[in-house]
Amino acid sequence: MHSPQLLLTMYRKMVLARRFEEKAGQAYGQKKIQGFCHLYIGQEAVVVGINEAIRPDDMVMTGYRDHVHPLVRGSDAGMLMAELFGKDTGYSKGKGGSMHFFDVEHHFYGGYGIVGGQIPLAAGMAFASKYRNEDRITVCSFGDAASNQGALHETFNMASKWKLPVLYVVENNKYGMGTDIARVSAQPDIHKRADAYNMRGESVDGMDVLAVHDLVKELAASIRAGKGPVLLECFTYRFRGHSMSDAATYRTKDEVESERKRDPILKLREHILERKVAPEARLDAIDEEEKRIVDEAIAFADQSPEPPIEDVWTHCLVADGEADVKPRERVRGATDVKWPSYPTDFKVTWELEPREPKDEPQRAPSRKKGAA
Amino acid sequence: MPELAYRDALNQALSEEMARDPRVFLMGEEVARYNGAYKVSQGLLDKFGSARVVDAPISELGFAGLGVGAAMLGLRPVIEMMTWNFAILAMDQIVNNAAKLRHMSGGQLRCPIVFRGPGGAGGRLSSQHSQALEANYAHFPGLKVVAPGTPADAKGLLKSAIRDENPIIFVEAELLYGSRGDVPEGEYTIPIGKADIKRPGRDVTLITWSRMLTAAVLPAAELLAQQGIDAEVIDLRSIKPLDHETIAASVRRTNRVVVVEESWPFASVGSELSDFIQRECFDDLDAPVRRVTGLDVPMAYAANLERAIQPSPERIIEAVNAVLYRPG
Repeated sequence: MHSPQLLLTMYRKMVLARRFEEKAGQAYGQKKIQGFCHLYIGQEAVVVGINEAIRPDDMVMTGYRDHVHPLVRGSDAGMLMAELFGKDTGYSKGKGGSMHFFDVEHHFYGGYGIVGGQIPLAAGMAFASKYRNEDRITVCSFGDAASNQGALHETFNMASKWKLPVLYVVENNKYGMGTDIARVSAQPDIHKRADAYNMRGESVDGMDVLAVHDLVKELAASIRAGKGPVLLECFTYRFRGHSMSDAATYRTKDEVESERKRDPILKLREHILERKVAPEARLDAIDEEEKRIVDEAIAFADQSPEPPIEDVWTHCLVADGEADVKPRERVRGATDVKWPSYPTDFKVTWELEPREPKDEPQRAPSRKKGAA
Repeated sequence: MPELAYRDALNQALSEEMARDPRVFLMGEEVARYNGAYKVSQGLLDKFGSARVVDAPISELGFAGLGVGAAMLGLRPVIEMMTWNFAILAMDQIVNNAAKLRHMSGGQLRCPIVFRGPGGAGGRLSSQHSQALEANYAHFPGLKVVAPGTPADAKGLLKSAIRDENPIIFVEAELLYGSRGDVPEGEYTIPIGKADIKRPGRDVTLITWSRMLTAAVLPAAELLAQQGIDAEVIDLRSIKPLDHETIAASVRRTNRVVVVEESWPFASVGSELSDFIQRECFDDLDAPVRRVTGLDVPMAYAANLERAIQPSPERIIEAVNAVLYRPG
């Protein structure tokens, strides 16, 4: 049974995510946000269910539909919105924009714009955890269409062979931009592709935050225990187009209407009321509080300055002795920023490929040039 | 000072840096049990174990990206590409992730990683295995590009590359691995971004890097010396950042320049050098800058064609004669 506190936290975060994206969509209409802008509306149960099932110091990353992943980890909503507005007070000082959110303080390692490009990175982060004998796991999301990228197949093979502590999450919203995933996939049940790599593959109703949460809780424990990576397919749906410029004419009205009836926020709300965890008035109050947070985020972004023009040259390369930028400290003057730091002196105890006697070479290796 | 082969100088650099810093690991095809396709990683598996010297599957895109992810989290990966030809498969990870992470995170992340392996002609390997690709990487902001031409430079620059806080493209040369030269012992680094005058001279500046230094430019300089022409030879060592000061100072002394590069002429490192020199040293030049490059065709297999495609001492002397307005 889920605790009242967990249910209300999940409700609050899903509402925050929804309001944030709705307001971002509005601001896009007002041309305050430009470029590509991919909204997460409809998919909130996936990200919230996962976030409440992992540790705050686990690593998270995703593709370009990335606004909500850091938001539910605790990122500053105003600074995220400011990044969308291309302002100096954004997490990346206006250099990344909608597709490249980063909040290292909250262990959110990015939004990536090349489909599937983050998949190998996640294996590398998991490799680093295992190399240092840490018990943190990496959670890497991507859309259904990324499952047809070579990067995924190359990475799954290595991640599984080396038992890297990583959870791969397919947020299957059925369409890669305008193309139904089944039209271009010989195996549209994406989680079944894990079989090819001797990897555990699971699927879950991604509109049901509790189902996502419960399954991820179990998977995270298994991954943390060293049992290897998992591919989790979450069946979800985006209520809007692929991006703000997509009218989504490739879907029927009926399809969108029937999916909207599965709205994950309404579903959780009904569950909370049914279980009498909180009265309707309490949920309405949460709605109001989250709306206010997003209104403040919009105001903050609106009032923030553009980055200074000299900043065009910064952060291309790291200069000698240059420190990393801690966004909340820089923008809000926060003094409580906990920044990840890693040891420089330690012993590597991991045997990635233990040698067996039969592996010993029969003779001394040749020194001749021997490329294939 | 002991004499070492280029591959052994690289091996020393790797071994010393891995002993010095547990964050450094080597990953690539055949690097561990096979001891490296070109034996650069000879003995490292036995010294450092299978988590630090990792045989990767033939998945260049995948393990390049894995390295980038590990670098984001505080490790210092050295990713070996069996040759730079194969790294073309990994370019998305190098260009779109490694080179841009610092920038798109607004300075939150850094990516201290070395991608290394041999570039250039391999000797009768035809077009897909004989490409000098450093200009491609030098094109992208966010990367440093290094291409040592001697064993001593190879060791000192690899140590600096591993200690650098940025992604480094480290281009070795397939045909240099067996070449020998004096290498200082022990702790010893060469700063990235510093060119080296390999032969001082008064009459003309020859600018080059990597294998062309010993395969074509120094032999050309010797032949020119016999003809009474005193050529200065600059070995760039680092393509990016470029050592503008050393180049400009030399041009001011000699007033004539020939750039020699193994790669193709269009949009090359030589094009960049020519632009810089005409812009910054216009009044010092007594002749237009000349370039001797690989011919603008894919590499051929036949021995005579392969020779004809690459810069030669003869073609360099021809270009030097042109900038000296000297009959050939």
